[in-house]
Amino acid sequence: MPVTPQLRCCDASGCRSAGGQALRRALEEARDAAGLTAEALAIKPVGCLRLCGSGPLVACDGPGPSQLFGGVAPEHAGALIAASVAANDGSAAVSDDPLAAHRLDLSDPFFALQQPVVLEGCGQVNPESIDDAIAFGTYAQLHRVLQELTPEQVRDEVRRSGLRGRGGAGYPTGLKWDTVALQPPGPRYVVCNADEGDPGAFMDRSVLESDPHRLIEGMAIAAYAVGAERGFVYVRAEYPLAIERLRLALQQARSRHLLGNHIDGTSFNLRLEVRVGAGAYVCGEETALLLSIQGQRGMPQPRPPFPAQSGLWGAPTLINNVETFTAVPAILRQGGHWYAGIGTEHSKGTKVFALSGAVVNTGLVEVPMGTPLRTVVEVIGGGVPDGSPIKAVQTGGPSGGCIPAERLDTPVDYESLLELGSMMGSGGMVVMGASTSMPEVARHFMGFSVNESCGKCVPCRAGTVQLAQLLDRFVEHRATPADMERLDALCQMVKVTSLCGLGQSAPNPVLSTLRWFRHEYEAACREPAACVAAGGVER
Amino acid sequence: MSVVTLTVNGQDVAVPAGASLLEATRAAEANVPTLCHLEGLTPVSACRLCLVEVEGSSKLLPACSTAAAEGMVVHTHTPRLREYRRMTVELIFAEGNHVCAVCVANTHCELQDMAVTVGMDHSRFPYQYPQRLVDATHPQFTLDHNRCILCTRCVRVCDEIEGAHVWDIGSRGGQCHIVAGLDEPWGQVQACTSCGKCVDVCPTGALFRNSDTTAEKQPNTTLPALLRTAREQRRWHNQ
Repeated sequence: MPVTPQLRCCDASGCRSAGGQALRRALEEARDAAGLTAEALAIKPVGCLRLCGSGPLVACDGPGPSQLFGGVAPEHAGALIAASVAANDGSAAVSDDPLAAHRLDLSDPFFALQQPVVLEGCGQVNPESIDDAIAFGTYAQLHRVLQELTPEQVRDEVRRSGLRGRGGAGYPTGLKWDTVALQPPGPRYVVCNADEGDPGAFMDRSVLESDPHRLIEGMAIAAYAVGAERGFVYVRAEYPLAIERLRLALQQARSRHLLGNHIDGTSFNLRLEVRVGAGAYVCGEETALLLSIQGQRGMPQPRPPFPAQSGLWGAPTLINNVETFTAVPAILRQGGHWYAGIGTEHSKGTKVFALSGAVVNTGLVEVPMGTPLRTVVEVIGGGVPDGSPIKAVQTGGPSGGCIPAERLDTPVDYESLLELGSMMGSGGMVVMGASTSMPEVARHFMGFSVNESCGKCVPCRAGTVQLAQLLDRFVEHRATPADMERLDALCQMVKVTSLCGLGQSAPNPVLSTLRWFRHEYEAACREPAACVAAGGVER
Repeated sequence: MSVVTLTVNGQDVAVPAGASLLEATRAAEANVPTLCHLEGLTPVSACRLCLVEVEGSSKLLPACSTAAAEGMVVHTHTPRLREYRRMTVELIFAEGNHVCAVCVANTHCELQDMAVTVGMDHSRFPYQYPQRLVDATHPQFTLDHNRCILCTRCVRVCDEIEGAHVWDIGSRGGQCHIVAGLDEPWGQVQACTSCGKCVDVCPTGALFRNSDTTAEKQPNTTLPALLRTAREQRRWHNQ
């Protein structure tokens, strides 16, 4: 690891909002005041250092182990510079360390249990410098792939890795790549879905803001593997910093001939562009996203035909999530077998989660698939701040569900979460404490679905409105036993008959809370006793 | 011409390869209900009334946009499908302001017929009574948003058959509504040829001729299919 003394300052959205930029300026001034040059002590803006809740974060590298400081105010800049000088001199820490309260323990499970694969470069590289990315090893796999491997070999490697789509549905990535590659000759497209819209999810944003070159490398490898010469990254407009950095990264990659014509002296050409969404959640649904890229109204289309057969302008289109593409360079470097060695039988590799809600350690975690949920929220996350027990964990945003405390020993993988009535989703994990009312949670998410329904199909457009009103009755304690039945029936109907994934999963927050916390709905009736008698307690 | 054979409600049917499941169910006289679908227009699978069960598929499939395949075993009227259809129609009624007694389309309304077909005698969902407008700016026709069920037949017939693309959809979710031109009053949209195709294909009384009053609307929903065959196969109705 780096021997050059340096301070890595998190410059992603989370730490920026906590004053990270002012801190960096203060550090630079303090460094100058201490008479040090940029060579003697580099102050580098980097991407996410994971523990977003304790921002702004600064990591201090020297000959010894790295140190991490959190919640640092500009007035601590002098002390930080002094600490980093001390670390480099090898001199002992000052006895009355002014930074003691800000020092974060890197052996804490939050850091120690993480296994960075997708986030390898996050917090290490300067997201605005292609030189830094290249020095870190980015684009090395693209070079190797173009010079040494055939597209088939690349797809074999990805298939071997067992990687599954990280956008939520978990479709095998290798299979998708093969489907696109094996379509009849003609133009093809690669599309990166960075329209991360689930409340409580910020994995893709962090990757885009922290290590955009890794994503570009992954997309370029994918384009080579499926024979595409043009691609798009569809980013939501709510991520201005991510868009800015991605555009800069694309520009840098073009000027280094890592994108464009005859990349790396081969016959491989690739043009990548950014497309900015306009605020519709449904545009994260792949068919709607493709329409939106083409300048049309983002509305889901019936599948088949799948985008892999007929996507952008009718051409076969590979569409993957940010995290999926970003995992690809590491898979090619270490081999598919290595990746397949991580995780569970059917869910391979690692998954990035965004931990938030009633949890001590709020931030980004990357853990192997199959890690028990309890480890993620209690050991890594540190549990509820006041020490009270966790009531439930919400995964998968408005498409997912609430997993009750008694099921926290479930391993986190695609199948186990589905079995519990939730889903992996894109990776948002919201921890809920004892005071959270489940009907209110359900109403909150249903309100989200009402606002974000595109309005195309009847069950989603009209059904979610009725569901939200039914949930209002529970939240306001005026529900009757008949409402309970109606809620059950309408949830089932909307789930089964809606056109796209948004509608089909919109009832999930209700269904899962009905399943695990039915007593709360019963208690929320106008006459709770009547509801219990009518509904019975099913588990 | 190659043919696929499949089973609909226990009855064997043969349809040309490439035909939709809906055509197959019609060949079996299974009477699968539809509202958004119209012969001659691109299927959009929006109303969800034509969902059917296909053995081996975990999901319900929209008959209008699913291709019939060899050996499929299709069920069109299972108890749960009947229940979902009724709920769908109830949702449509509850969502808009449908008052048959004063409607131009009374007795010629596909939504009204659909309520009878699915056995809806009342809506179990509370009526929403949305505030919706009426666009009476066109000299010959009127658009009453209160009666619109967003089937998008008008959008498609204007775009695909007339080639004018006057109509489209604005907003999202429950606020969705049909917009003329660039969300202008219909009468000001210069692209409108006043051909009246949108009025003819509208399943309800949302689009109507100004000369029609209560129960006088006479829609003509066969037009798109006729025009499409005429253009594609050079076969005209009167030949």
